[in-house]
Order: sequence, then structure tokens, then C-alpha cells
Amino acid sequence: MARRAVPISLSTGAGGAVAALVLAVIALPLGAVLLRADASSGLGPADWAAVRFTIWQALLSAALSVGLAIPVARALARRDFPGRRALIALMGAPFILPVIVAVLGLLAVFGRQGGISAALRLFGLPELEIYGWQGVVLAHVFFNLPLAVRLILQGWLAIPAERFRLAATLGFSARDIARHIERPMLRNVAPGAFLVIFLISTTSFAVALTLGGGPRATTVELAIYQAFLFEFDLGRAALLGLVQVGICVVAGALVIGVARPNLAAGTGLDQPVRRWDAQTSGARVFDGVMIAAAAAFLLLPLLAVVLRGAGAIPGLPPGVWMAALRSVLLSLATAVLAVGLALPMAILIARGRARGLLEVIGALSIAVSPLVIGTGLFLILRPVISPTAAALPITGLVNALAALPFVLRALVPGIEQAEAGYGRLALSLGLSGRQYLRHVLLPRLRRPLGLGAGLAAALAMGDLGVITLFAAPQQGTLPLEMYRLMGAYRTDDAAGAALLLLLLSLGVFWVFDRGGRLNAAT
Amino acid sequence: MRSPIFASGLILAAGMASADAPVLTIYTYDSFVSDWGPGPQIEAAFEESCGCDVQFVGAGDGAALLARVRLEGPATEADIVLGLDTNLIAAARDTGLFAEHGVDATGLTLPVDWQDSQFLPYDWGYFAFVYNTDLENPPTSFTELAASDARIVIQDPRSSTPGLGLLMWVKAAYGDRAGEIWEGLADNIVTVTPGWSEAYGLFLEGEADMVLSYTTSPAYHLIAEGDASRTAAAFDEGHYLQIEVAGMVQNSAHPDLAREFLTFMLSEPFQSVIPTTNWMYPAALPASALPAGFETLIQPDTALLFDPDTAAGIRAEALEEWRAALSR
Repeated sequence: MARRAVPISLSTGAGGAVAALVLAVIALPLGAVLLRADASSGLGPADWAAVRFTIWQALLSAALSVGLAIPVARALARRDFPGRRALIALMGAPFILPVIVAVLGLLAVFGRQGGISAALRLFGLPELEIYGWQGVVLAHVFFNLPLAVRLILQGWLAIPAERFRLAATLGFSARDIARHIERPMLRNVAPGAFLVIFLISTTSFAVALTLGGGPRATTVELAIYQAFLFEFDLGRAALLGLVQVGICVVAGALVIGVARPNLAAGTGLDQPVRRWDAQTSGARVFDGVMIAAAAAFLLLPLLAVVLRGAGAIPGLPPGVWMAALRSVLLSLATAVLAVGLALPMAILIARGRARGLLEVIGALSIAVSPLVIGTGLFLILRPVISPTAAALPITGLVNALAALPFVLRALVPGIEQAEAGYGRLALSLGLSGRQYLRHVLLPRLRRPLGLGAGLAAALAMGDLGVITLFAAPQQGTLPLEMYRLMGAYRTDDAAGAALLLLLLSLGVFWVFDRGGRLNAAT
Repeated sequence: MRSPIFASGLILAAGMASADAPVLTIYTYDSFVSDWGPGPQIEAAFEESCGCDVQFVGAGDGAALLARVRLEGPATEADIVLGLDTNLIAAARDTGLFAEHGVDATGLTLPVDWQDSQFLPYDWGYFAFVYNTDLENPPTSFTELAASDARIVIQDPRSSTPGLGLLMWVKAAYGDRAGEIWEGLADNIVTVTPGWSEAYGLFLEGEADMVLSYTTSPAYHLIAEGDASRTAAAFDEGHYLQIEVAGMVQNSAHPDLAREFLTFMLSEPFQSVIPTTNWMYPAALPASALPAGFETLIQPDTALLFDPDTAAGIRAEALEEWRAALSR
């Protein structure tokens, strides 16, 4: 295959090494927890009920997120309007918010005291009932729709403008374009987006519990908490962790079976996309409605977070600012590490080498419970180094691995495109691996690299995860400090810290994404 | 307000002290050691007299704290474990990691008698449903609550110590009828949160009429915010107690220092920090020494509490009743 005929061996070894590292960081802690376990009760009917609920709500969340993201991404890809860039950047925000902040933002719109219920009451109608499975799915779509939009938008913008021009010359209808240009792209991009959203929804804990309304909405992650904290049954916690691995492997195999590399994509000059097929008033209205609805759904809860927290920011205690500084540094380091780890792995995947296996390995780090992984790492590291001393490096590494699937999703389609278009040319010029990377691949990957680094940085900023197991009192990150404020009744200061977190997350995301987004304005 | 420069000066000073002084390592839950918890003041007060360096290690909540100690086993670095409650004592004792404290506990001001050779209380509180004073007809019992339209938010007993406390409260008040009570409460429960912070946050944002918290919670709003609009509902069945305890570790390298800390724990400099940082009742301070505002809190007539072994014994059954009733 021509796609493989590129002058690279440089990254093959590196990609394999990264995959091995990811496997080790998942498998060793799971093994350590299993080893440490005493007699275990095994999995009971309640655990399997949790597995069923987990899979069901995650399927629904992923299907809705991706299904809604397709028309929104298409609208954003082919419409230009003032504020489009800001909207795209802002839409990344829900994904990176700490759960409780996002939940409170959602409740300000959809909750009992929220705007919608207030309006319904005015007309004598019953209030909106958000608590239950519908609330869980609503929150998961709120978190993940922006991610799906960004990944799919990336796919749309990667379609060379020449192809649309050619289609127009040939008199293609909108339906022809969908069939010959857009659907092959979606078949390449959408399954991967579906997979990461499905997996991230399977490890949901606080969302499922807070909005789920009670024990009916018990997820696998909560069953792990119960096994670990309530019963100290490490064996069962580890078994449930293995169930999560199983879910990831099966879902990964199914999804990758569906996905097809976008081999048909040609290479074009990186020019703005003009769409001759989308000038009808019907298409304009449809796109406008999609953009407005998505913007309202995603931005109103964020606006609530801003309004709630703005007053408290000037008076935030110094400890919060120190935590904010730590979080910014941690997130920058995480972004660099995540991109460095993802790039060689993405190149391997794009070249089709053990593609399915690598995709699944890359996705494992979001599919397996942070509580199990953190506990296992703690058991492994404690004899060697003080967990407190290692808190920030460990958090950085775990966060980078947790961001890996998202960075891979951003990078792989871009690399496939670049290799299909320029691989043979590079070969004929006799470029070395390093030259090829520097002069051909990286310049083509600016947009996905920016997006990937931005996602990794923002995710690391909002993550509460493993730091809680390791950190000393003086080492708190901003999300941890926010929870401490909430735990000390200081809800107003906590709202201020949440807004600060939102602004910083958006800030780091914007800084990274901006470099890559220079071409994305069309 | 403390400036960052001053704070780093403190860290430097702490670093210098640790060069020659023995280090007393205290494992506790996270909110105890946050800037707003009792930790910083207590550390400073004890270091004035002990000639030692107190180092707190924070680990989630009480259950996570116990899990951490169990994970570490006999090799734990902890000298003191502070922040378990009566529901966790049996499991903690079973680890065999804790020593006899040997401290005279006659001065305790708990509403119940306390005899435990390994674990000493440092504060306590009554679980209660907190509400805004404008709520009409606040319920005065679980049965009234179940019959009312009041919307409540509670915590999950599988991931939260107050959530487990509520489970014990219903069980202590109703015994075999607990499942029935939970079925009656099911339609009042807006949602079940992973921890106290989420539940209290939802209540403050107006998502529920009442939240499971403590009779002392209104004191925060009154004293720190000057807001008298929150109060706790007094229930006829009585209120379940949460008693928070500390114990010293068998393998501690500084047993004398650890015992000195436990003695200090029951003295006025420690106890007087508790009310307005942990927002609980101190375990060894007369009511007359409580800060102004605490006298406005409701005083339950009956204190309910299972002894540690009973609590451990009925936990699984009580959880199953809860789960079955709320899963319908």
C-alpha cells in the first residue's frame, strides 16, 4: 500500500514503546490491587446491574452526542459569522469543567430553580424533572457534545476545498456531496469520537450519582467505590476494573470494525472551504438553528457559572491563587507530555500497523477507574518513594495518559491525510524520517496538534482524579481547592474558584488551539 | 489576609524545625487540613509546646482515610490517625494497627458515655435535616417527612460518611421497620449525591427543601455569614450521633509524642478551635465555652448511637434495605 511507503522507521519504535507504557500503567496497578486483595466476595447481581446501567447510559450518551454533533459541525464548517471562532473555542469548555461545577451550571438552567422550570411555572405547567437517567444523559451530552463537534469539525475542515469546487463544477447535489465526500469522512471520524465518548461515559461517577436520583443509577465506578471504601474488598474493586477493561476492549473492537480509514481523501491546498451546495435558504436556516441551539445548550449553563462566581473572584484567598498557579504549570507540562506520547503512537495507527490493538490500548486509560489505577500506583510506588513527593509527577503522567485517546483522535485522521497526500512525494525526494517529520508531517498537523495539546491541557486543569490520593495539604490543585472550599461551607468562594478554573482551562485550551486554528476561521 | 510571601516564610520555618525535631505524622481527612479546617491552627498550637514538627497527611474522607491506613498496613508512616467515626471504629480495630491510648477521658462532654481504650473522641455532632426558615410546616419526624411534599437531598451511604450515618439513624429509630420508612421517603428524595459537599451545594442552590447535614450547620451561616435563615429540623425519634475519633498507631516511632498529642487533643487550645472550623461540637469543652451563636441551635432530646460492633454488624443489611427501597 502506498500509505505505508513512507520513509519512516523513527517513530515505529517510539510508538510501540508508548503503547507498552500505557499498558504498563493500566495493567501493573490492576495487578498490584489484585495481589494485595484478601478473600473477595466476587461480583454479585448488584454489580452486574451496575454494569448494565453503565453500558446502557454510555451508549445513549455517546449516540446522542455524536448524532447531534454531526449537523452542528457541518453548520460550523460551512458558515461564517461574527464570533464563530470564539464560539468554537468556548464550546470546548464544558468538557473540561469539574463535574460539580458543570452540574450546578446545568441545574441553573434545567433544575428546579432553573430558568426553564421558572418559565414553565409561569404558564402553570409542571416543572422539568432533571433527576433520573434523563439527567445523567443530558449531563453527558453537555460534557461530550463539544468534544464530538470539535473532532468532527476537524474532519470536515480536513476535506480539501478543491473537492467541493470540483463537486460544484460537476453539478453535484447536496445529496451527492454527502454520499461521495462527507459520509466517507464521517465513517472515518465519527466512530472514534463515539468510542471515546462511550468510554468516558462508562467511568462516570459523580454525574451519574448526583443527577441519577438514587441507587437505580449505580454505575461500575460507584460499585468500585463501594467495594473499596465501604467494604475494603480490593479483589472486587480490581475485578470491576477488569470488567471496565473488558468493556473497553469489546467496544473498541466493534467500533474499529466499523471505522474505515478515509483512503479516498485527496490532497488539496489548505484553502477556505466554499460550499456551493449549501446556499439554499433551507440549508441556511437549518444551519442557523443548529448553531443557535448548540450554543444555547452549551453556553447558558456556562453563563450561570460565570454569573455565580464573578463576584467572589477578587476576594479569593491566597491559597486558591497558589493552587491555580500549580494547576497551570501542571496542565502545561501535561499537554507537552501528552502530545509527545501521542504523536508516535498516532503515526503507527495512521499507517495501519496493529491499528485496532493500538486504538484500544490508547483508549484504556479513560476506560479504567482512576480509583483503581491510583490505588495500584500507590501500592507500587510506596515502597520506593514517598507518595507525597511523587504527587505532582504522577498526576501529570496519569493526566497525560488520560488525555491520550483524545489527542489520538485529533491526530490520526490528520496524519492519514498527510501521508496519503505527501508520503510518496517524500519518498521520491529521499527524505529521512526526521526530515519527513519536520518538513512534511508536523506542518500539516498544526491544527490537530493544537487541538490535541489544548484538550490535554484543559483536561489536566479540571482533573481531580489521582491527586486526591497522593497530595499533601499544601500541594492542592485548583479543583481540589475548590472542593475543599465547598467542604468548608464556603460556597461563594467555591463558585469563584470554579469560575477561575473555567477561565484558566479555557485560557490554556485557547493558547494551544489558537496556533493550530489559524486556518480554521472559514 | 495572609500573603503568599508570609506563607512561604512559614514553610521555610517548618523546614528548619524539622531538621532536628521529631516529626509527628497525623493522617486525617482532607477537609481537616484545608486552610479553612482546624488543621493549621492546631498544628501551630501543638508545635508551641511539643518541640516537634507536626505533619498532616490528608486522605479524602473518613472512609478513604481508613482505606489508606489498611492499604499501608503495619508499614504505615502514621503516628496518629484522626477522623474516623463510630461507624468505622470496628473495622479500624480489626486491623490490629492501633495501640491503647492510655489517656484519661473523664472530662468528655459527649451526650453519651464513652469507654474505648483505643479511640478517643475529639468532636461530635447530631445528624439533622437543614432547611430554610421560610419552609412551611417543617416535618418533626421521619414519618411526617415521608408523608410531606418536602424535597430532600441525601448522600450515598456507599461513598459518604453522613450518608452512612443517615442509614444508621433510620435503623436505630425504626429497627425492622427501616425498609418501610425508606419506601415512604423514596418520593421525597430528589437525588443522592456522592458526598456532603455536593448535597449541601444543591440545597444552597435551591434544588431541595432540606439536606442531610448536622444540627451545627446553621451555626456556620449565622456566625460566618450573619445569616439566621437556616435551621435544623428536630425529629421526635431522636438524632443519630456522629462521634469523630483519633487513635495512635501501634508501630509509631514516637509513642510518647503521640500520647502527648492525644492528651493535647482534649485540652482547651485544641477543643476551642473545633466549633468554628470543623463546625461540630468539641468533645471536651463545656457548653458555656462555645462561641456565641451555638446557643441558637436545636438541642435533640434523644441521642441515638449504635456501638461500633453493632454498627458494623447491621451495616450490610441496612444498606440492602436502603437499596431495595430506593430502587423501586
